[in-house]
Amino acid sequence: MSMTNTAQIIETGLIDLEQVKKKQRIKSFFKGMAFLLPSIILFSVFLFYPMFRTIYLSFFLTKANGDPTVFVGLENYINIFSSPIFLRSMKSTFLFVLYTVPASVIVSLFLAIIANEKLKGIGFFRTVYSSTMGVSVAAASVFWLYLFNPSMGLLNQILGTFGIEAIGWLTDPKWALISVSITTIWMNVGFTFLILLGGLQSIDSSLYESADIEGAGYLYKLRKITIPMLSPTMFFVITVTIINAFQSFGQIDILTQGGPINETNLIVYSLYREAFVNYKFGSASAQAIVLFILILLMTALQFKLGERKVHYQ
Amino acid sequence: MSQIELVEISKSYDKQQDVLNEINLIIDEGEFFVLVGPSGSGKSTLLRMIAGLEEISGGVLKINGKSVNHMPPKDRNLSMVFQNYALYPHLSVKENIIFGLKAKKVDKQERQKRLLEASEMMGLTELLERKPRELSGGQRQRVALARTIVSQAPLCLMDEPLSNLDAKLRANMRVQIRRLQKQIGMTLIYVTHDQVEAMTMGDRIMVLNDGKIQQVGKPITLYNEPANLFVASFIGSPKMNMGKARFSENGKGLIVEEQLHIALDSSFVKDVHKHPQLTIGIRAEHLLPGTNENTNHFMEVVNVEQLGNETSIAFDVGSELWTAKWPGQWSIHVGQKVPVQILPENLLFFDSETGDLIQSALKDKGQEVLAI
Repeated sequence: MSMTNTAQIIETGLIDLEQVKKKQRIKSFFKGMAFLLPSIILFSVFLFYPMFRTIYLSFFLTKANGDPTVFVGLENYINIFSSPIFLRSMKSTFLFVLYTVPASVIVSLFLAIIANEKLKGIGFFRTVYSSTMGVSVAAASVFWLYLFNPSMGLLNQILGTFGIEAIGWLTDPKWALISVSITTIWMNVGFTFLILLGGLQSIDSSLYESADIEGAGYLYKLRKITIPMLSPTMFFVITVTIINAFQSFGQIDILTQGGPINETNLIVYSLYREAFVNYKFGSASAQAIVLFILILLMTALQFKLGERKVHYQ
Repeated sequence: MSQIELVEISKSYDKQQDVLNEINLIIDEGEFFVLVGPSGSGKSTLLRMIAGLEEISGGVLKINGKSVNHMPPKDRNLSMVFQNYALYPHLSVKENIIFGLKAKKVDKQERQKRLLEASEMMGLTELLERKPRELSGGQRQRVALARTIVSQAPLCLMDEPLSNLDAKLRANMRVQIRRLQKQIGMTLIYVTHDQVEAMTMGDRIMVLNDGKIQQVGKPITLYNEPANLFVASFIGSPKMNMGKARFSENGKGLIVEEQLHIALDSSFVKDVHKHPQLTIGIRAEHLLPGTNENTNHFMEVVNVEQLGNETSIAFDVGSELWTAKWPGQWSIHVGQKVPVQILPENLLFFDSETGDLIQSALKDKGQEVLAI
């Protein structure tokens, strides 16, 4: 009798314990949700909804105010891929990425390495090198617009003093994309410089001291310590710069408006025009989705290839 | 083997306060020399100056008789072990060990030979392909030592190399480093804040405080005849018991912290009248358990620590806490009054004002260090 009693008590005790645990789990779930709620709402309104709406719109023809009218399936996609203008802007975009990303990273790496030396007044140079981060796209573009001005721009004046013929930086199809790239590199350098300098400074100084004692030269240290130790930072910087390059818009809009002859008509600019100049929201949405997939693939590819070569502490 | 000579070496930052003040020192060839001091005493700075990582503000540093003040680290022909080992996290153990040899363009066969030799010596043969993050603390330490071995530098500098290891491993590595040094015969300068390491490893020790040399000498000398109060309290564990003392009016007794009366004639201390204020010191092992015949004090116990092979007992003496170390296991309770024997010949006398030693324990001489 007493045996069964104790058994019962133990059993009921167990059940109670399970229930209490379950209750606690539910409670902590709701607590967690409560903390997440603000960002869930914000993300839903400004990210998730627009994204699904874009996917939805890309299967429709639309009215000028953006309301969908006729379901056309994949026709928008087929149209843009058969349009020479869009293919051209894909090509320009890739070229633009190719021009800006390696150059930005190399220039800022060089600046970061020289700004990492312990010298008097180095703070001044660090501030100057990272200052372009604080300049807005609009201000930077206007500033470069003056530099690129064919007749009174500084660049052509310098060329003039060397007796070189003036270049139509923004009007010559051969030069326009390069000019926009130069502007973009200049704007990128501030951010990438700062991140790379941070990466350099987080490398333990005892590694260099040890190498000094062991008799390693400057270049040997750079090759064997700095670059490998900086690889996670480089990886981050390259990924972010590539994504940024794909999404460039402001400088195009101010400097060239996609011209001359669509030479600088990058995907983002092209889809902006499709939507807000031509009022073809369906086709613009399809372009946006293509761009999204493109960036997704590039980033995935990078992680796949890059991660193996990146050393994490 | 290198011989190091420091002539009035000074270090100051921004031409302001001196971190190191006119250090004069000669370190002999093949010597295991330990620099010990509390943190901020300038010991690491001194080591880094010898390495060439830190500029020398004043004085001359000579290695083998040649001034090397303006020589870059790589030309000083030395190796260094850092506190965090400074292993390259992206390189394998093998590449870490031969990093310096590659940089110096030592040919491949020689490199391989030295690598095998060193990795065998340090028991790393199985670990050569691993990355540092896959090693334990002790193994990393051994990689750092192997790097020193392959460099074949006649002088090795170590900056608190054991402070990241746990106590057991530390004791083990102490022996390894000591053996390694004797085996290779290199000159070794070893920086530590741990006086136990200093005592157990060094051929000679230099105690540094506030950028000034306190004392240089053999470990036993530092223990038995500390030059001043700082060395007395720094060397030895538990630290030396100290107390303010004065002679009674009739000069026949010593009063410590206005509490303990020790029968002692003032003529026992030479030139005692020159030192108006005295501080006495006595080692924990010299507060002996009293027997019926020889007990001269009864002291109240405030804490007892059973260590197994010995018992550590704490007493309040005036404002000081004194510790006694009695061999064996004693059943003593807190609050109990225990009989203690204090012998005058075990006392060390210091001048309270200058802190300098007046007279060391008479009994120590010849009795403590047993020759076999």
